[in-house]
Amino acid sequence: MNDTSEPHVAPEPLAKTDGTQDEQQPMVLFEEVQKSYDGESLVVKNLNLSVAKGEFLTMLGPSGSGKTTCLMMVAGFEAATHGEIYLDGRPINSVPPHKRGIGMVFQNYALFPHMTIAENLAFPLQVRGVNKADAEKKVQRALDMVQMGEGGFHGRRPAQLSGGQQQRVALARALVFEPELVLMDEPLGALDKQLREHMQLEIKHIHESLGVTVIYVTHDQGEALTMSDRIAVFNDGVIQQLAPPEVLYEKPENAFVAQFIGENNTLHGKMRSVNDGIARVELTDGEHVQALAINAGPGERTQLSIRPERVEIDPDESVTDHTVTGRVEEVIYLGDHIRTRMTVAGNSDFVVKTRNRLGARRFKPGEKVRVGWATEDCRALDHSA
Amino acid sequence: MASRERAPKQELLAADGTPLKAALRRSQTVERRRAFMLVAPLLFFLLIVFVVPIIAMMWRSVYNPEIRNYLPQTAAALQDWEGQDVPPEPVFQAMAADMIVGVENRTIGRAAARINREIPGARSTVMRTARQVDEWSAPYREKFIEADEDWTNIEFWRILKRESRVVTPTYYLLAVDYEYSSEGEIVPRSEVYQVYKQLFWRTAWMSVFITALCVMLAYPISYMLATQPTRIANLLLILVLLPFWTSLLVRTSAWIVLLQQQGVINELLVALNIIDETGRLRMIYNRTGTIVAMTHILLPFMVLPLYSVMKTIPPSYLRAAKSLGAHPFRAWWRVYFPLTIPGLAAGCILVFILAIGYYITPALVGGDSGIFISNLIAQNMQGSSAQLKLAAALATILLVAVLFIYWLFNRLVGVDKLKFG
Ligand SMILES: Nc1ncnc2c1ncn2[C@@H]1O[C@H](COP(=O)(O)OP(=O)(O)O)[C@@H](O)[C@H]1O
Ligand SMILES: [Mg+2]
Repeated sequence: MNDTSEPHVAPEPLAKTDGTQDEQQPMVLFEEVQKSYDGESLVVKNLNLSVAKGEFLTMLGPSGSGKTTCLMMVAGFEAATHGEIYLDGRPINSVPPHKRGIGMVFQNYALFPHMTIAENLAFPLQVRGVNKADAEKKVQRALDMVQMGEGGFHGRRPAQLSGGQQQRVALARALVFEPELVLMDEPLGALDKQLREHMQLEIKHIHESLGVTVIYVTHDQGEALTMSDRIAVFNDGVIQQLAPPEVLYEKPENAFVAQFIGENNTLHGKMRSVNDGIARVELTDGEHVQALAINAGPGERTQLSIRPERVEIDPDESVTDHTVTGRVEEVIYLGDHIRTRMTVAGNSDFVVKTRNRLGARRFKPGEKVRVGWATEDCRALDHSA
Repeated sequence: MASRERAPKQELLAADGTPLKAALRRSQTVERRRAFMLVAPLLFFLLIVFVVPIIAMMWRSVYNPEIRNYLPQTAAALQDWEGQDVPPEPVFQAMAADMIVGVENRTIGRAAARINREIPGARSTVMRTARQVDEWSAPYREKFIEADEDWTNIEFWRILKRESRVVTPTYYLLAVDYEYSSEGEIVPRSEVYQVYKQLFWRTAWMSVFITALCVMLAYPISYMLATQPTRIANLLLILVLLPFWTSLLVRTSAWIVLLQQQGVINELLVALNIIDETGRLRMIYNRTGTIVAMTHILLPFMVLPLYSVMKTIPPSYLRAAKSLGAHPFRAWWRVYFPLTIPGLAAGCILVFILAIGYYITPALVGGDSGIFISNLIAQNMQGSSAQLKLAAALATILLVAVLFIYWLFNRLVGVDKLKFG
């Protein structure tokens, strides 16, 4: 899915992009925000996050990691237990939700079932006292934007629309009053895969054409990679890494991010020494490999992370720095590429993805081969459980 | 869309060539018959214990057979009489014949009793004459009049003629405080007897009032129930339903203990010096008592449908409305409230219809000013002065009123939209 296949040179580090936006007021700023529901455990722990104007920022993380809670604090439906949230420079902790002017798309759309589509869209305009003629025009424009302007949808009730259509209407309703900030909480979660992928692009295009700021919540990493300018990976109420998609995928900073984003091979070992950022790691089966020392120090246990498409079987010495032994367990033919599952250094779930190019060699289960990778592609991270 | 360019409507055929519609209907007939068989026992049961008695009651409220059955010839002869003068000989002749038969069959007493209900004291006139009549011969007129002056009373004959109809509206007139004057005109009853119309009104407005109170109390309770976590909600729901688990009599007596003049509330107010001994509040054996106790008893019927509807409204609707810029009250009024109408309407119709026919509570705590029409219906059904036909007429009026309200409600809200729980 996220098959970037061609090994390419890692881009210039983009990770700390906050610095470039200093001169501009951030759209949303979390300052040491904490949240607890029960007074015993923190659901959000010391969150510092700045979302630039016009940015598409995704909060990505497993279920229960506190993403929705963060979004609800921005929207005003949950109060921060500690810390302050700024909207366009103004602290908003004491501003009620209806005065924040933030568009929101809910997971189950929350379209008002007793109102028609047109009435649903006119609602935010009505409460703002927009006159009828203007409101009608805006409603039409918003529906056009989500490609629901024609086909007689105006007079229908939400229940008479398909899931995808409801999703579009919910999107149009969140945008119709031209908010500067739109929050979306797993808006595509209820759609089937094909429609979801279509809508991802559509939302991205709408974002680009309107220039609104979007904070998007999802637990689907593919979705996050497709749509976002930057992704904040959440786990356990803490941002694990905040970076653009390509950095997140190629330069995960800890084991959680490496595991959570894309497919990942892990090898366990102990770091023996670090020299100039390059670590020597002794794997569990005694072999030694080199890796980038990212998140572990000498003498510590470490977890090596290598992307499946960056592994070469029987490689040229010129490409890889060294090789280790692997035993082929299973070969899966997937058309455009071939997955070879093998045991490497005690890990029987080590996957190698190779492009199905002309003359590519197919291995047999049980075969012993050498596998190798470039040192830059192998990251020595913390040893998570 | 693509479906727009469909071929002009054409009858579809099933595989065997029969029209699809007919085939579908045939295949559904079996299904429908089976469904009917399933409900047939219940239908039959309802017919026997519900529909038939109601029809019998309605029939009884207008059925007036005594004169026609026990004095048939007189009834026939009176049809030609104009009602201006003492009836002519043929009427007396018919009366004599009827009396002879009546004495023989021992039915004359019943006829006399029936006449006595309209004209007090007429029984003795009839019975005395009946005992002599077999010794007389035609012409009878003089002999009747000779025997008793009362036979010249034109009013007596008019009433007899009026009551010779098998179907009579008399009891309905009584039920709304009207009666026939001796001239046969429909006139209001004298003030002292006017009770029913006033009682119908009282029953209606007090039922409306009780329903309104139930709405005011139940709406916030249900909202709280629906928004609490399940564990707490279930506990609260049990508290709301508790009244269902105790006997109606126990609950009503509890209110008596609380509300009477030597009761808990009055004692407390006196003890706190809020009122003094002479100012003890009368809260029971009057309207207040009825309203308080009935509101309490009927509250669950409002809470349950409201709660079940509110529980299905996701909190995200209100949040969405607020995020779209609506003030919390406006969000509630435009988004939440309309969605609760099916439950609210169901609760209202349930409580109102239950209230309007309520008997036991008004009887126990209503005193004089707090009783309902059903209490008078009951009164007319028991005791030596029972007037079953009047009771039937009152009950029929109540039934029709309820049906009318239900119909009206259906027109306004639509019963199919209701959610009872
Ligand atoms: N209203 C609430 N009351 C108590 N706990 C809550 C509430 N909402 C969420 N939580 C808890 O907070 C944690 C984070 O939830 P949430 O923000 O919804 O996570 P996510 O959206 O990432 O799945 C979860 O453990 C959840 O059980
Ligand atoms: Mg969530």
